[in-house]
Amino acid sequence: MKKDEVPQDLSALGKITNEVCYATDSSGKYVKALSRGWDVKINALDIAWGDIEKRVAAAKEQVLNNNASPLLYFMEYRLMDISILADYTGFWKWQIKGHLKPEVFNKLSDRKLEKYAEAFNITVEDLKSMTVHEDGV
Amino acid sequence: MKTEFEHHQSAHCESGVTSNLLWKASGGKITEPLAFGIGAGLFFAYIPLIKINNGPAIAFRTLPGFIFNRTCKSLNIPVVSKKFNSKEKAELYLNERLESGSPVGCQVGVYYLPYFPKEYRFHFNGHNLVVFGKEDDNYLISDPIMENVATMDSYQLERVRFAKGALAPKGHLYYPAKEVTITDEMIRQAIKSGIKKNIYNMLNIPGSFAGISGIKNTGLKIKKWRDKLGLKQAGSYLAQMVRMQEEIGTGGGGFRYIYAAFLQEADVYLPGNNLAEISVIFTKAGDMWRNAAVHAAGIFKGRLSSQEDFNIMGDYLLEIAAVEKSAFETLKQIKWQ
Repeated sequence: MKKDEVPQDLSALGKITNEVCYATDSSGKYVKALSRGWDVKINALDIAWGDIEKRVAAAKEQVLNNNASPLLYFMEYRLMDISILADYTGFWKWQIKGHLKPEVFNKLSDRKLEKYAEAFNITVEDLKSMTVHEDGV
Repeated sequence: MKTEFEHHQSAHCESGVTSNLLWKASGGKITEPLAFGIGAGLFFAYIPLIKINNGPAIAFRTLPGFIFNRTCKSLNIPVVSKKFNSKEKAELYLNERLESGSPVGCQVGVYYLPYFPKEYRFHFNGHNLVVFGKEDDNYLISDPIMENVATMDSYQLERVRFAKGALAPKGHLYYPAKEVTITDEMIRQAIKSGIKKNIYNMLNIPGSFAGISGIKNTGLKIKKWRDKLGLKQAGSYLAQMVRMQEEIGTGGGGFRYIYAAFLQEADVYLPGNNLAEISVIFTKAGDMWRNAAVHAAGIFKGRLSSQEDFNIMGDYLLEIAAVEKSAFETLKQIKWQ
Protein backbone atom coordinates (compact mmCIF):
# COMPACT_ATOMS: atom_id res chain seq x y z
CA MET A 1 0.00 0.00 0.00
CA LYS A 2 1.30 3.42 -0.90
CA LYS A 3 1.35 6.14 1.72
CA ASP A 4 -0.97 8.47 -0.19
CA GLU A 5 -3.45 5.59 -0.63
CA VAL A 6 -3.86 4.97 3.10
CA PRO A 7 -7.61 5.33 3.64
CA GLN A 8 -8.90 8.15 5.84
CA ASP A 9 -12.56 7.20 6.43
CA LEU A 10 -13.46 8.32 9.94
CA SER A 11 -14.23 5.29 12.16
CA ALA A 12 -15.39 5.04 15.78
CA LEU A 13 -11.78 4.49 16.75
CA GLY A 14 -10.61 7.36 14.55
CA LYS A 15 -12.53 9.74 16.76
CA ILE A 16 -10.27 8.72 19.64
CA THR A 17 -6.99 7.84 17.99
CA ASN A 18 -5.49 7.48 14.54
CA GLU A 19 -4.07 4.04 13.88
CA VAL A 20 -0.66 3.17 12.52
CA CYS A 21 -0.38 1.51 9.11
CA TYR A 22 2.76 0.55 7.29
CA ALA A 23 2.90 2.00 3.78
CA THR A 24 5.53 2.83 1.18
CA ASP A 25 6.66 6.36 0.31
CA SER A 26 7.49 7.60 -3.20
CA SER A 27 10.88 5.84 -3.11
CA GLY A 28 9.32 2.52 -2.05
CA LYS A 29 10.59 2.78 1.51
CA TYR A 30 8.27 1.66 4.31
CA VAL A 31 7.14 4.34 6.73
CA LYS A 32 4.56 4.56 9.49
CA ALA A 33 1.42 6.26 8.22
CA LEU A 34 -1.60 7.27 10.25
CA SER A 35 -5.13 6.30 9.24
CA ARG A 36 -8.47 7.54 10.55
CA GLY A 37 -10.13 4.30 9.45
CA TRP A 38 -11.30 2.44 6.35
CA ASP A 39 -14.85 1.99 5.06
CA VAL A 40 -14.34 -1.72 4.46
CA LYS A 41 -13.47 -2.25 8.14
CA ILE A 42 -16.22 0.04 9.34
CA ASN A 43 -18.73 -2.02 7.36
CA ALA A 44 -17.32 -5.28 8.72
CA LEU A 45 -17.64 -3.97 12.27
CA ASP A 46 -21.20 -2.81 11.54
CA ILE A 47 -22.08 -6.34 10.43
CA ALA A 48 -20.72 -7.76 13.68
CA TRP A 49 -22.71 -5.26 15.76
CA GLY A 50 -25.82 -5.81 13.65
CA ASP A 51 -25.59 -9.52 14.50
CA ILE A 52 -25.12 -8.70 18.18
CA GLU A 53 -28.05 -6.30 18.28
CA LYS A 54 -30.30 -8.96 16.77
CA ARG A 55 -29.26 -11.45 19.42
CA VAL A 56 -29.83 -8.88 22.17
CA ALA A 57 -33.29 -8.05 20.82
CA ALA A 58 -34.19 -11.75 20.58
CA ALA A 59 -33.01 -12.29 24.16
CA LYS A 60 -35.09 -9.37 25.38
CA GLU A 61 -38.15 -10.89 23.81
CA GLN A 62 -37.43 -14.23 25.47
CA VAL A 63 -37.23 -12.52 28.83
CA LEU A 64 -40.38 -10.47 28.30
CA ASN A 65 -42.23 -13.64 27.30
CA ASN A 66 -40.99 -15.25 30.49
CA ASN A 67 -39.08 -17.92 28.57
CA ALA A 68 -35.73 -16.83 30.01
CA SER A 69 -34.38 -14.85 32.94
CA PRO A 70 -32.71 -11.43 32.53
CA LEU A 71 -29.36 -13.27 32.62
CA LEU A 72 -29.86 -14.21 28.98
CA TYR A 73 -30.40 -10.59 28.05
CA PHE A 74 -27.26 -9.36 29.82
CA MET A 75 -25.19 -12.25 28.50
CA GLU A 76 -26.02 -11.20 24.96
CA TYR A 77 -25.64 -7.53 25.86
CA ARG A 78 -22.17 -8.16 27.25
CA LEU A 79 -21.26 -10.52 24.36
CA MET A 80 -20.72 -13.36 26.82
CA ASP A 81 -21.40 -17.05 26.47
CA ILE A 82 -22.05 -19.42 29.35
CA SER A 83 -18.41 -20.36 29.71
CA ILE A 84 -17.16 -16.74 29.95
CA LEU A 85 -19.90 -15.99 32.47
CA ALA A 86 -18.92 -19.10 34.45
CA ASP A 87 -15.32 -17.84 34.55
CA TYR A 88 -16.37 -14.37 35.72
CA THR A 89 -18.81 -15.52 38.40
CA GLY A 90 -17.29 -18.78 39.60
CA PHE A 91 -20.60 -20.60 39.01
CA TRP A 92 -20.63 -23.92 37.19
CA LYS A 93 -22.04 -23.89 33.68
CA TRP A 94 -24.90 -26.18 34.74
CA GLN A 95 -25.79 -23.75 37.52
CA ILE A 96 -25.93 -20.87 35.07
CA LYS A 97 -28.15 -22.93 32.78
CA GLY A 98 -30.50 -23.30 35.73
CA HIS A 99 -30.35 -19.58 36.53
CA LEU A 100 -31.39 -18.83 32.97
CA LYS A 101 -34.85 -20.14 33.87
CA PRO A 102 -37.06 -17.35 35.24
CA GLU A 103 -38.50 -19.43 38.09
CA VAL A 104 -35.00 -20.35 39.33
CA PHE A 105 -33.62 -16.85 38.80
CA ASN A 106 -36.43 -15.26 40.81
CA LYS A 107 -35.41 -17.27 43.87
CA LEU A 108 -31.67 -16.47 43.72
CA SER A 109 -30.08 -15.03 46.84
CA ASP A 110 -28.75 -11.47 46.79
CA ARG A 111 -25.24 -12.81 47.11
CA LYS A 112 -25.59 -14.78 43.87
CA LEU A 113 -27.27 -11.89 42.08
CA GLU A 114 -24.40 -9.68 43.22
CA LYS A 115 -21.91 -11.95 41.46
CA TYR A 116 -23.81 -11.66 38.20
CA ALA A 117 -24.19 -7.90 38.59
CA GLU A 118 -20.44 -7.54 39.07
CA ALA A 119 -19.67 -9.67 36.02
CA PHE A 120 -21.98 -7.51 33.91
CA ASN A 121 -20.79 -4.30 35.58
CA ILE A 122 -24.34 -3.28 36.54
CA THR A 123 -26.38 -3.08 39.74
CA VAL A 124 -28.56 -5.90 41.08
CA GLU A 125 -31.58 -3.66 40.60
CA ASP A 126 -30.77 -3.17 36.91
CA LEU A 127 -30.17 -6.89 36.53
CA LYS A 128 -33.59 -7.75 37.88
CA SER A 129 -35.39 -5.06 35.92
CA MET A 130 -33.35 -5.53 32.72
CA THR A 131 -32.36 -1.87 32.71
CA VAL A 132 -29.44 -0.63 30.65
CA HIS A 133 -27.57 2.63 31.07
CA GLU A 134 -25.81 3.35 27.81
CA ASP A 135 -22.55 4.63 29.28
CA GLY A 136 -22.38 1.84 31.82
CA VAL A 137 -19.46 -0.17 30.50
CA MET B 1 6.27 7.23 40.59
CA LYS B 2 7.27 7.07 36.98
CA THR B 3 9.79 4.81 35.27
CA GLU B 4 12.07 5.84 32.45
CA PHE B 5 10.00 5.01 29.39
CA GLU B 6 9.12 6.44 25.97
CA HIS B 7 5.73 5.78 24.38
CA HIS B 8 5.90 5.11 20.64
CA GLN B 9 2.66 4.40 18.85
CA SER B 10 2.67 1.15 16.87
CA ALA B 11 0.41 -0.81 14.61
CA HIS B 12 0.32 -4.05 16.58
CA CYS B 13 0.09 -4.31 20.35
CA GLU B 14 2.59 -7.05 21.12
CA SER B 15 5.33 -6.07 18.69
CA GLY B 16 4.77 -2.49 19.86
CA VAL B 17 5.16 -3.42 23.52
CA THR B 18 8.25 -5.47 22.69
CA SER B 19 9.81 -2.61 20.74
CA ASN B 20 8.96 -0.09 23.46
CA LEU B 21 10.29 -2.26 26.30
CA LEU B 22 13.56 -2.84 24.42
CA TRP B 23 13.83 0.77 23.25
CA LYS B 24 16.38 1.82 25.84
CA ALA B 25 18.47 -1.35 25.65
CA SER B 26 18.67 -1.16 21.87
CA GLY B 27 18.98 2.59 21.53
CA GLY B 28 15.75 2.56 19.55
CA LYS B 29 17.08 -0.01 17.08
CA ILE B 30 14.45 -2.67 17.79
CA THR B 31 11.67 -1.03 15.84
CA GLU B 32 8.21 -2.52 15.67
CA PRO B 33 8.78 -4.27 12.31
CA LEU B 34 12.06 -5.75 13.58
CA ALA B 35 10.35 -7.03 16.74
CA PHE B 36 7.54 -8.49 14.63
CA GLY B 37 9.92 -10.26 12.23
CA ILE B 38 12.42 -11.44 14.85
CA GLY B 39 9.45 -12.73 16.83
CA ALA B 40 8.27 -14.61 13.71
CA GLY B 41 4.92 -12.86 13.97
CA LEU B 42 3.47 -13.61 10.55
CA PHE B 43 0.99 -16.46 10.40
CA PHE B 44 -2.31 -17.70 9.15
CA ALA B 45 -4.68 -20.05 10.95
CA TYR B 46 -8.30 -20.98 10.45
CA ILE B 47 -9.65 -22.38 13.73
CA PRO B 48 -13.32 -23.38 13.43
CA LEU B 49 -13.29 -24.83 16.96
CA ILE B 50 -12.66 -21.47 18.61
CA LYS B 51 -15.71 -19.32 18.10
CA ILE B 52 -15.41 -15.55 18.18
CA ASN B 53 -18.72 -13.74 18.06
CA ASN B 54 -20.26 -17.01 16.79
CA GLY B 55 -17.91 -17.24 13.84
CA PRO B 56 -14.65 -19.15 13.28
CA ALA B 57 -11.41 -17.65 14.57
CA ILE B 58 -9.12 -16.62 11.73
CA ALA B 59 -5.66 -15.44 12.78
CA PHE B 60 -3.11 -13.60 10.67
CA ARG B 61 -0.46 -13.55 13.38
CA THR B 62 1.18 -15.94 15.75
CA LEU B 63 -0.31 -16.73 19.18
CA PRO B 64 -0.31 -13.93 21.76
CA GLY B 65 2.81 -14.01 23.92
CA PHE B 66 5.09 -15.57 21.32
CA ILE B 67 6.49 -12.37 19.81
CA PHE B 68 7.91 -10.93 23.03
CA ASN B 69 9.36 -14.26 24.14
CA ARG B 70 10.87 -15.16 20.80
CA THR B 71 12.35 -11.73 20.23
CA CYS B 72 14.00 -11.67 23.65
CA LYS B 73 15.21 -15.24 23.30
CA SER B 74 16.74 -14.54 19.89
CA LEU B 75 18.53 -11.53 21.37
CA ASN B 76 19.70 -13.53 24.41
CA ILE B 77 17.71 -11.34 26.77
CA PRO B 78 16.40 -13.24 29.80
CA VAL B 79 12.69 -12.69 30.39
CA VAL B 80 10.63 -12.62 33.55
CA SER B 81 7.07 -13.73 32.88
CA LYS B 82 4.50 -14.29 35.62
CA LYS B 83 0.87 -15.21 36.06
CA PHE B 84 -1.05 -14.94 39.30
CA ASN B 85 -3.91 -16.66 41.07
CA SER B 86 -4.34 -13.77 43.46
CA LYS B 87 -5.36 -10.30 42.30
CA GLU B 88 -3.69 -8.73 45.35
CA LYS B 89 -0.36 -10.42 44.66
CA ALA B 90 -0.58 -9.42 41.00
CA GLU B 91 -0.98 -5.76 41.95
CA LEU B 92 1.70 -5.91 44.62
CA TYR B 93 4.20 -7.41 42.20
CA LEU B 94 3.44 -4.77 39.59
CA ASN B 95 3.87 -1.98 42.14
CA GLU B 96 7.23 -3.38 43.26
CA ARG B 97 8.49 -3.44 39.71
CA LEU B 98 7.39 0.12 39.09
CA GLU B 99 9.02 1.24 42.32
CA SER B 100 12.27 -0.35 41.25
CA GLY B 101 12.07 1.72 38.07
CA SER B 102 11.14 -0.96 35.53
CA PRO B 103 8.24 -0.57 33.09
CA VAL B 104 6.19 -3.76 32.78
CA GLY B 105 4.36 -5.42 29.88
CA CYS B 106 0.88 -6.68 30.73
CA GLN B 107 -1.51 -8.95 28.87
CA VAL B 108 -5.09 -7.70 29.18
CA GLY B 109 -8.61 -8.28 27.90
CA VAL B 110 -10.09 -5.46 25.82
CA TYR B 111 -13.74 -5.81 26.85
CA TYR B 112 -13.52 -3.59 29.92
CA LEU B 113 -10.70 -1.37 28.64
CA PRO B 114 -12.04 2.09 29.53
CA TYR B 115 -10.31 4.17 26.85
CA PHE B 116 -11.38 1.91 23.96
CA PRO B 117 -14.51 2.92 22.04
CA LYS B 118 -17.45 0.64 22.74
CA GLU B 119 -17.55 -0.63 19.15
CA TYR B 120 -14.12 -2.20 19.56
CA ARG B 121 -14.74 -3.98 22.84
CA PHE B 122 -14.95 -7.74 22.43
CA HIS B 123 -13.90 -10.50 24.79
CA PHE B 124 -10.44 -10.65 23.27
CA ASN B 125 -7.78 -11.33 25.88
CA GLY B 126 -4.61 -11.17 23.78
CA HIS B 127 -4.08 -7.43 24.03
CA ASN B 128 -0.83 -6.01 25.41
CA LEU B 129 0.19 -2.73 26.99
CA VAL B 130 2.96 -1.31 29.15
CA VAL B 131 2.40 0.04 32.67
CA PHE B 132 5.14 2.60 33.24
CA GLY B 133 4.14 4.44 36.39
CA LYS B 134 1.58 5.15 39.07
CA GLU B 135 0.24 8.43 40.40
CA ASP B 136 -2.10 8.13 43.39
CA ASP B 137 -4.55 5.39 42.36
CA ASN B 138 -3.92 5.87 38.64
CA TYR B 139 -1.62 3.69 36.60
CA LEU B 140 0.16 5.27 33.63
CA ILE B 141 -0.56 3.17 30.57
CA SER B 142 1.26 3.03 27.25
CA ASP B 143 -1.11 1.22 24.91
CA PRO B 144 0.90 0.82 21.69
CA ILE B 145 -2.07 1.24 19.40
CA MET B 146 -3.04 4.60 20.93
CA GLU B 147 -1.44 7.87 19.87
CA ASN B 148 -1.24 9.10 23.47
CA VAL B 149 -0.65 7.53 26.85
CA ALA B 150 -3.67 6.74 29.02
CA THR B 151 -4.46 6.03 32.67
CA MET B 152 -6.48 3.39 34.50
CA ASP B 153 -7.33 3.31 38.18
CA SER B 154 -6.39 0.20 40.14
CA TYR B 155 -9.85 -1.37 39.81
CA GLN B 156 -9.97 -0.81 36.05
CA LEU B 157 -6.50 -2.27 35.58
CA GLU B 158 -7.27 -5.26 37.80
CA ARG B 159 -10.41 -5.93 35.79
CA VAL B 160 -8.61 -6.12 32.44
CA ARG B 161 -5.62 -8.01 33.87
CA PHE B 162 -8.06 -10.59 35.20
CA ALA B 163 -10.42 -10.64 32.24
CA LYS B 164 -12.03 -14.04 31.73
CA GLY B 165 -12.64 -16.33 28.78
CA ALA B 166 -10.32 -17.79 26.14
CA LEU B 167 -6.65 -16.83 26.71
CA ALA B 168 -7.52 -15.36 30.11
CA PRO B 169 -4.46 -13.29 31.10
CA LYS B 170 -4.48 -14.23 34.82
CA GLY B 171 -2.57 -11.06 35.61
CA HIS B 172 0.17 -12.04 33.16
CA LEU B 173 3.07 -9.59 33.19
CA TYR B 174 6.50 -9.70 31.61
CA TYR B 175 9.69 -7.69 31.25
CA PRO B 176 13.36 -8.14 30.35
CA ALA B 177 15.08 -9.57 33.44
CA LYS B 178 18.14 -7.38 33.12
CA GLU B 179 19.58 -4.55 31.10
CA VAL B 180 21.41 -5.94 28.10
CA THR B 181 23.15 -3.89 25.45
CA ILE B 182 21.87 -5.06 22.10
CA THR B 183 24.56 -5.07 19.41
CA ASP B 184 24.13 -5.10 15.62
CA GLU B 185 25.63 -8.59 15.51
CA MET B 186 22.95 -9.80 17.94
CA ILE B 187 20.30 -8.22 15.74
CA ARG B 188 21.70 -9.93 12.63
CA GLN B 189 21.60 -13.36 14.27
CA ALA B 190 18.11 -12.70 15.62
CA ILE B 191 16.80 -11.66 12.18
CA LYS B 192 18.05 -14.88 10.63
CA SER B 193 16.52 -17.01 13.34
CA GLY B 194 13.20 -15.14 13.14
CA ILE B 195 12.99 -15.63 9.38
CA LYS B 196 13.83 -19.31 9.74
CA LYS B 197 11.11 -19.82 12.33
CA ASN B 198 8.57 -17.98 10.17
CA ILE B 199 9.46 -20.09 7.13
CA TYR B 200 8.73 -23.20 9.18
CA ASN B 201 5.42 -21.81 10.47
CA MET B 202 4.15 -20.87 7.04
CA LEU B 203 5.52 -23.73 4.90
CA ASN B 204 5.95 -26.74 7.16
CA ILE B 205 3.43 -26.74 10.00
CA PRO B 206 1.60 -30.06 9.76
CA GLY B 207 -2.13 -30.13 9.10
CA SER B 208 -4.31 -28.09 6.78
CA PHE B 209 -5.50 -25.36 9.14
CA ALA B 210 -2.38 -23.22 9.38
CA GLY B 211 0.27 -21.59 7.23
CA ILE B 212 0.08 -21.50 3.44
CA SER B 213 -2.03 -24.67 3.33
CA GLY B 214 -4.39 -22.98 5.79
CA ILE B 215 -4.88 -20.04 3.42
CA LYS B 216 -5.48 -22.44 0.53
CA ASN B 217 -8.00 -24.53 2.41
CA THR B 218 -9.84 -21.49 3.69
CA GLY B 219 -10.12 -20.32 0.07
CA LEU B 220 -11.64 -23.67 -0.89
CA LYS B 221 -14.02 -23.56 2.09
CA ILE B 222 -15.21 -20.04 1.26
CA LYS B 223 -16.43 -21.25 -2.12
CA LYS B 224 -18.79 -23.60 -0.27
CA TRP B 225 -19.96 -21.09 2.34
CA ARG B 226 -22.84 -19.74 0.25
CA ASP B 227 -24.53 -23.15 0.00
CA LYS B 228 -23.48 -24.39 3.40
CA LEU B 229 -24.19 -21.35 5.57
CA GLY B 230 -26.57 -19.24 3.55
CA LEU B 231 -25.82 -15.70 2.37
CA LYS B 232 -26.37 -14.02 5.70
CA GLN B 233 -24.06 -16.13 7.83
CA ALA B 234 -21.48 -16.44 5.06
CA GLY B 235 -21.43 -12.64 5.00
CA SER B 236 -20.90 -12.50 8.77
CA TYR B 237 -18.01 -14.97 8.49
CA LEU B 238 -16.38 -12.88 5.78
CA ALA B 239 -16.86 -9.71 7.82
CA GLN B 240 -15.13 -11.47 10.69
CA MET B 241 -12.22 -12.45 8.46
CA VAL B 242 -11.85 -8.86 7.29
CA ARG B 243 -11.82 -7.61 10.87
CA MET B 244 -9.12 -10.07 11.93
CA GLN B 245 -7.16 -9.09 8.83
CA GLU B 246 -7.45 -5.31 8.87
CA GLU B 247 -8.53 -4.17 12.32
CA ILE B 248 -6.45 -2.21 14.75
CA GLY B 249 -3.21 -3.93 15.40
CA THR B 250 -2.53 -5.37 11.97
CA GLY B 251 -0.79 -2.47 10.24
CA GLY B 252 -2.99 -3.33 7.24
CA GLY B 253 -3.12 -6.29 4.84
CA GLY B 254 -3.19 -8.95 7.55
CA PHE B 255 0.25 -7.97 8.98
CA ARG B 256 1.82 -8.52 5.54
CA TYR B 257 2.91 -4.86 5.33
CA ILE B 258 4.63 -4.99 8.72
CA TYR B 259 6.48 -8.08 7.54
CA ALA B 260 7.48 -6.33 4.30
CA ALA B 261 8.75 -3.40 6.39
CA PHE B 262 10.69 -5.88 8.53
CA LEU B 263 12.44 -7.39 5.50
CA GLN B 264 13.34 -3.92 4.25
CA GLU B 265 14.92 -3.04 7.61
CA ALA B 266 16.55 -6.47 7.79
CA ASP B 267 18.17 -5.84 4.40
CA VAL B 268 20.18 -2.98 5.94
CA TYR B 269 21.60 -5.37 8.56
CA LEU B 270 22.14 -8.25 6.13
CA PRO B 271 22.82 -6.78 2.67
CA GLY B 272 23.40 -9.05 -0.32
CA ASN B 273 20.60 -11.47 0.56
CA ASN B 274 17.89 -9.89 -1.60
CA LEU B 275 15.69 -9.21 1.43
CA ALA B 276 14.55 -5.86 0.00
CA GLU B 277 13.46 -7.62 -3.21
CA ILE B 278 11.57 -10.28 -1.28
CA SER B 279 9.93 -7.53 0.77
CA VAL B 280 8.20 -6.40 -2.43
CA ILE B 281 6.46 -9.80 -2.71
CA PHE B 282 4.98 -9.33 0.77
CA THR B 283 3.79 -5.85 -0.17
CA LYS B 284 2.04 -7.50 -3.10
CA ALA B 285 0.50 -10.11 -0.79
CA GLY B 286 -0.74 -7.33 1.52
CA ASP B 287 -2.29 -5.51 -1.44
CA MET B 288 -4.00 -8.74 -2.52
CA TRP B 289 -5.43 -9.29 0.96
CA ARG B 290 -6.83 -5.76 0.86
CA ASN B 291 -8.36 -6.31 -2.58
CA ALA B 292 -9.91 -9.49 -1.22
CA ALA B 293 -11.32 -7.46 1.71
CA VAL B 294 -12.96 -5.02 -0.71
CA HIS B 295 -14.57 -7.93 -2.55
CA ALA B 296 -15.67 -9.46 0.76
CA ALA B 297 -17.28 -6.15 1.70
CA GLY B 298 -19.28 -6.33 -1.53
CA ILE B 299 -20.62 -9.67 -0.30
CA PHE B 300 -21.36 -8.79 3.32
CA LYS B 301 -22.99 -5.53 2.31
CA GLY B 302 -25.26 -7.51 -0.03
CA ARG B 303 -24.07 -5.94 -3.27
CA LEU B 304 -22.54 -9.23 -4.45
CA SER B 305 -24.40 -12.46 -3.84
CA SER B 306 -23.91 -15.03 -6.60
CA GLN B 307 -21.97 -18.27 -6.33
CA GLU B 308 -19.58 -16.76 -8.85
CA ASP B 309 -18.84 -13.97 -6.34
CA PHE B 310 -17.96 -16.59 -3.71
CA ASN B 311 -15.77 -18.40 -6.25
CA ILE B 312 -13.90 -15.15 -6.89
CA MET B 313 -13.56 -14.65 -3.13
CA GLY B 314 -12.09 -18.13 -2.67
CA ASP B 315 -9.77 -17.63 -5.66
CA TYR B 316 -8.34 -14.50 -4.03
CA LEU B 317 -7.09 -16.65 -1.18
CA LEU B 318 -5.76 -19.33 -3.53
CA GLU B 319 -3.78 -16.68 -5.40
CA ILE B 320 -2.50 -15.17 -2.15
CA ALA B 321 -1.43 -18.64 -0.98
CA ALA B 322 0.60 -19.07 -4.18
CA VAL B 323 2.28 -15.66 -3.80
CA GLU B 324 3.15 -16.16 -0.13
CA LYS B 325 4.38 -19.68 -0.84
CA SER B 326 6.81 -18.37 -3.43
CA ALA B 327 7.92 -15.60 -1.05
CA PHE B 328 8.72 -18.01 1.78
CA GLU B 329 10.36 -20.50 -0.56
CA THR B 330 12.62 -17.71 -1.80
CA LEU B 331 13.47 -16.85 1.81
CA LYS B 332 14.20 -20.51 2.47
CA GLN B 333 16.74 -20.66 -0.34
CA ILE B 334 18.86 -17.82 1.01
CA LYS B 335 22.52 -18.68 1.49
CA TRP B 336 23.22 -16.04 4.13
CA GLN B 337 25.94 -13.56 3.20
